[in-house]
Amino acid sequence: MITKVVIANRGEIALRILRACHEMDIRTVAVHSTADRDLKHVLLADESVCIGPPPANASYLNIPAVISAAEVTDATAIHPGYGFLSENADFAERVEQSGFVFIGPRPDNIRLMGDKVQAILAMKRAGVPTVPGSDGPLGNDDDENLRIAAEVGYPLIIKAAGGGGGRGMRVVHDPAELLNYIALTRAEAASAFSNSTVYLERYLENPRHVEFQVLSDTHGNAIHLGERDCSMQRRHQKVVEESPAPGITTKMRNKIGTRCVQACQEVGYRGAGTFEFLYQDGQFYFIEMNTRVQVEHPVTEMVTGVDIVREQILIASGKTLSYRQEDIVLRGHAIECRVNAEDPERFIPSPGMISAYHPPGGPGIRVDSHLYSGYRVPPYYDSLVGKLIAHGEDRSRAIARMKNALAEIVVEGIKTNVPLHQKILEDKNFEAGGTNIHYLEKMLAESN
Amino acid sequence: MDIRNIKRLIELVSGSDITEIEIQTGEETIRIQRGQVPTVMMSTSPIAQLSAPSKSPEVPPQSGRFVTSPMVGTFYRAPSPNAKPFVEVGQRVKVGDTLCIIEAMKMLNQIESDQSGVIKSILVENGEPVEYGQSLFAVE
Repeated sequence: MITKVVIANRGEIALRILRACHEMDIRTVAVHSTADRDLKHVLLADESVCIGPPPANASYLNIPAVISAAEVTDATAIHPGYGFLSENADFAERVEQSGFVFIGPRPDNIRLMGDKVQAILAMKRAGVPTVPGSDGPLGNDDDENLRIAAEVGYPLIIKAAGGGGGRGMRVVHDPAELLNYIALTRAEAASAFSNSTVYLERYLENPRHVEFQVLSDTHGNAIHLGERDCSMQRRHQKVVEESPAPGITTKMRNKIGTRCVQACQEVGYRGAGTFEFLYQDGQFYFIEMNTRVQVEHPVTEMVTGVDIVREQILIASGKTLSYRQEDIVLRGHAIECRVNAEDPERFIPSPGMISAYHPPGGPGIRVDSHLYSGYRVPPYYDSLVGKLIAHGEDRSRAIARMKNALAEIVVEGIKTNVPLHQKILEDKNFEAGGTNIHYLEKMLAESN
Repeated sequence: MDIRNIKRLIELVSGSDITEIEIQTGEETIRIQRGQVPTVMMSTSPIAQLSAPSKSPEVPPQSGRFVTSPMVGTFYRAPSPNAKPFVEVGQRVKVGDTLCIIEAMKMLNQIESDQSGVIKSILVENGEPVEYGQSLFAVE
């Protein structure tokens, strides 16, 4: 069993990992930049090591510094959280080569899923439905590319194999633009991801984003924990998430979930993972897999009762999964609002000193946040300062509880997007459920 | 009393109005005094004022400059276990002189001084772990 974990992250997820560790009497080492000495989890950790100056490149993305910190504290494992080094296969490899347990998938699977083209091919082999597309990288033959595009049909989207998460993509409506856009996307990809490989897919115009959570151990067992609907997005960033996805039947859930489980077993996946799909006209289309714990994992935890971070640590310790598929029952409905330190209308980041923080409470309310009164939100990192999660026996109860929670929460000293969340929760289309990935931007444009 | 507890004590002191505190646990005594911190310094943390506990429990008010660690690792005074330390207290150093080694991931990194002057004190014990930004040497 793992005995001491280096938490290679910051903010709310670092606190989440610390809580899971302490619950299991696992010692914690908080590595942090000079700007993060006063992070809540740093103050609570058993040990802390300053690993660099504020810029992420010199601290949270600094592989030697993180591994060094594990060495000097005699840690046994490193948990990468999400973002930063969590999906860096080289990091995972070096962690293992240095004699530590990487709490996450094997490096080869991180690499596989990090290459979006290879991931799609692996899914097709496993019987997971994918978006009609080039089914492989685009070559340099212009005529061939035009032919592939015509077969797939317009509108289509060109994507970078090394991208993901909304980056490195371009929509093509007109065949006359295709070759130019391929070249453009290649050039951007080469610069941003050091990988100029691109592929194309049919562009779905009104999809919802529905993703499936999986857990897979090192003994061949894999289960799914149902799905999350994360369609409420702005500029490819999720704003509100929920589970289960409105309108998804048990039959659909079992069908897609089983395919995801099969895919895990086929590639020998280890740990927690998420299969992302676009859902349109009753069909699921796999787009990519995330080989880490996700920001929105709490909604799944609330409806299934499974502690995903705890399972990650147990799986990394070599234990068998704590649950079988038949133990997983989705109860009620959960919604999560991502609270960001930003202007609710202009979305400009709003770091600064929190003069007053008061979290909401009551039945079905969960708050995952590192904020406290007197904490200074630094300007160097992303603006997520907390997650507000509401669970109820059905969706309308969850919505009612979330509205209460949004009215109760106090964050003074900085601006937050709480007013935006209140707007979303009051919106009648949100209330009806099933809005697509373009809905929030449309809603915001209309209100301006 | 290990260095982490000492650091926590210092943080407690610096966050309060206390200017001087002396704590005795068993045979060990530690005294922390808040001194003058020159405005030129990059690190204003009073952690820099404390030398390793087994050396001397008393911390005189400090002015002067510090060479801080640019990385995480294990601090060594000499290039190898039986060799002479790179520097001693009282030694004159100039910018670029190797002061110590910090070992990380099986690699030994020579740490060069970014200050010129005389080594006033060595703030870390041989073989101790150091973090980024931690003061290693006081130079005057």
